Amino acid sequence: MTVFATLLDILSWLLLSVGGLFVFVGGIGALRMPDLYTRMHAASVTDSIAPILIIAGIMLQAGLTLASIKLAAILLFLLLTGPTASNALASAALLAGYRPGNAKPLDEEARQ
Amino acid sequence: MYYAVTFALIVTMALALARALLGPTVYDRVLAVNMLGTKTVLLLAVITFLFGRPDFLDLALAYSLINFIGVLAVLEFFRGRARDEHPGDGGDR
Repeated sequence: MTVFATLLDILSWLLLSVGGLFVFVGGIGALRMPDLYTRMHAASVTDSIAPILIIAGIMLQAGLTLASIKLAAILLFLLLTGPTASNALASAALLAGYRPGNAKPLDEEARQ
Repeated sequence: MYYAVTFALIVTMALALARALLGPTVYDRVLAVNMLGTKTVLLLAVITFLFGRPDFLDLALAYSLINFIGVLAVLEFFRGRARDEHPGDGGDR
């Protein structure tokens, strides 16, 4: 194994490890954060940076093959659809009356 | 090292599933299910190289699209319901 391949291996394992760490941190945040919008903030970590790192790490292992192109397509779809789904979710929650800071509907606040 | 990433992904999927079961509002559940779908795509991509079976990449590709459309459909359904229940909150964006 040449020096270059070893360096690629090390870089790939590094990317995969950091990606796994980001996924785990985002999962803990989505479980432990106090209300909906902070949970979305935590979950967006696992929607944006974690797929980039993990799929880049896998692509370094795959090399220039068809699998790499498919992985690039998966990454493109994830990066396009993740923020769109988050935006639609926040918009729907805001429209339903949930305000940031206290996750209660507006008419319940008016009643209290 | 693939095992470490697989383990992190499965633990995170369990955490997201816990949030989907606990979540006080329906939007928490949608958020958790969306997160679970993203993690499933990543898990399929990692499993492809963990077990050396390249078919799984096609499954991941299809799953990422289906997950997105599913989340949008559920949100559209609940947005229509919220618009019916709260007519004064500004019906359309």
